[in-house]
Amino acid sequence: MIAPMRIAKGILALGVAAYLILAPLQMKDFGILVMTQWTVMSMAALGLNLTLGYAGQISLAQASFVGIGAYTVALLQPLGVPFFAAFGLAGVLCFIIGWLLGYPALRVQHHYLAFVTLAFTTVVFLVLRNEEWLTGGVYGIANIARPSVLGWSAGKALGFYYFTLGILAVVTAGVWWILRSPWGRAFKALRENPVRALSLGVDTRRYTLLAFALGSAIGGLAGALYAPMVQFIEPASFGLNLSLKLLLMVIVGGSGIFFGPFVGALFAVMMPEWLRFTEAYYLMAYAVLVMILIAFCPTGTLGLVDRIMTFLRSRAASERRKSQASLMSSEEAAQ
Amino acid sequence: MTAVLQVRNLRKQFGGIVAVDQVSFDVMEGEILGIIGPNGSGKSTLFNCILGQMQPTAGDVVIDGRRVNGLRPCDLSGLGVSRTFQLLQVFPDLTVRESLILAGQEHRGSMISRLFGDREAGLGAAAERMIQFFRLSHLAGEKAGGLSYGQQKLLDTAMAFMAGPRLVLLDEPAGGVNLTMLAKLKERLKALNEETRATFVVIEHNMDFVMSLCTRVLVLANGRVLAEGNPASIRANPQVIEAYLGS
Repeated sequence: MIAPMRIAKGILALGVAAYLILAPLQMKDFGILVMTQWTVMSMAALGLNLTLGYAGQISLAQASFVGIGAYTVALLQPLGVPFFAAFGLAGVLCFIIGWLLGYPALRVQHHYLAFVTLAFTTVVFLVLRNEEWLTGGVYGIANIARPSVLGWSAGKALGFYYFTLGILAVVTAGVWWILRSPWGRAFKALRENPVRALSLGVDTRRYTLLAFALGSAIGGLAGALYAPMVQFIEPASFGLNLSLKLLLMVIVGGSGIFFGPFVGALFAVMMPEWLRFTEAYYLMAYAVLVMILIAFCPTGTLGLVDRIMTFLRSRAASERRKSQASLMSSEEAAQ
Repeated sequence: MTAVLQVRNLRKQFGGIVAVDQVSFDVMEGEILGIIGPNGSGKSTLFNCILGQMQPTAGDVVIDGRRVNGLRPCDLSGLGVSRTFQLLQVFPDLTVRESLILAGQEHRGSMISRLFGDREAGLGAAAERMIQFFRLSHLAGEKAGGLSYGQQKLLDTAMAFMAGPRLVLLDEPAGGVNLTMLAKLKERLKALNEETRATFVVIEHNMDFVMSLCTRVLVLANGRVLAEGNPASIRANPQVIEAYLGS
């Protein structure tokens, strides 16, 4: 039973990879930009999924980390700092700030924590808007160049898409590694039963801070790609609206499910574009679709798939048990 | 024999209510001490003070000669102290096997080695042994949330033993467990005590379970120690009969 499932998963993974690599070749620049947005938002949601979905710490601050990452790259670029150095620095800076933001999570949880992180988002927005000497204030920063890698320029839409897709693949592999390690198990324990986890030696304080720091760092890396993607950044792009959108991606995709953010980002980035045929109603149609999805499938899209697979597995197992039982009874009757 | 746990004049006060009042006792290495008492006599508060879940108002808790007041439960776990809870505390979304590995992983290596080392933190074989010891082999791949109450109780107890603790505090291990499962649990606990020479402190309301498992019994009433002795002497103690067992 396991082997066919693995084969099906392998075929699906290959199909998705082939689509991601080949589909943009047939697209115009706008389509490629939407695909690039999907890669960047998937990455930011991947970080939030680690903090919220795996470690159970709600955060409305993810947009701020995307913003900090974006501004780090935009500010360092004119100083001649190479892209990858700025990219790494964005991650490290967001890791440190995320670690510090984790401290309130040691004292408050759930909606109280949501408000703490919401306040942080507001503070970051105000700093980006008011500190004009550094951030350009409401006028933002324009003409952010796209990077080149070993002489190959990612300046054009298609090149930059493949560049972000490559980085997304590396970050995804890193997060996969973390979540499959004992750290991932400790994060889940923190989400499911922190009191029991603490009694078993899990330093819940350290893992809470780590979950915040890692999720924020990944948000910062996504921001470092966001800046060269849009080539113009301003504070309003990194407010509560984006934080809520990222939260929506995690929940719609399936909180605590590894590929959930990718599916969630598909809904949040692609769906409004697919619904454009409804013209002026496209955002309304999108909102109604999201409401229906959350109402009927609170565990998210992949949560629904998981439930269907569990149902099919348990039905197959009960059928196997029934047939074994009838075989045994017929053997007993024969004796 | 040396004392693994020493409780000295422990007191815990909530406003005007004294839940634990000047409680002192020692637990020797390899001993199984039972703590009994009517509801509200301070048993669970005493456990929570010993285990760092609550800070005592006064008094000392000494483990292996070291005063441990103020240490967090995870630090105590590092000193070889483990526990189970009165209300079931499992990880519903982790499988039986994952739960057991989690229960031991933080005692292996450093944070960095846990990230880059073996995914099972070198505990795969130990988890397998524990699964077999508690006869949970057929459930190893099942999520804890899908197990029956009795099976979860066994898993909860198995988790407490994964890190090879020196001292285990079990809070009402028999609560809500059916008779067949109860006999199995008692037999497993006795076997573990003999095999590992770990020291147990057991809070329990089931008198038959306590009297047949424990080597010594401490009776609490109104937050104070009412009596202490072997199971036979406790059964015969008129004060205990009056306060707890009934006539």
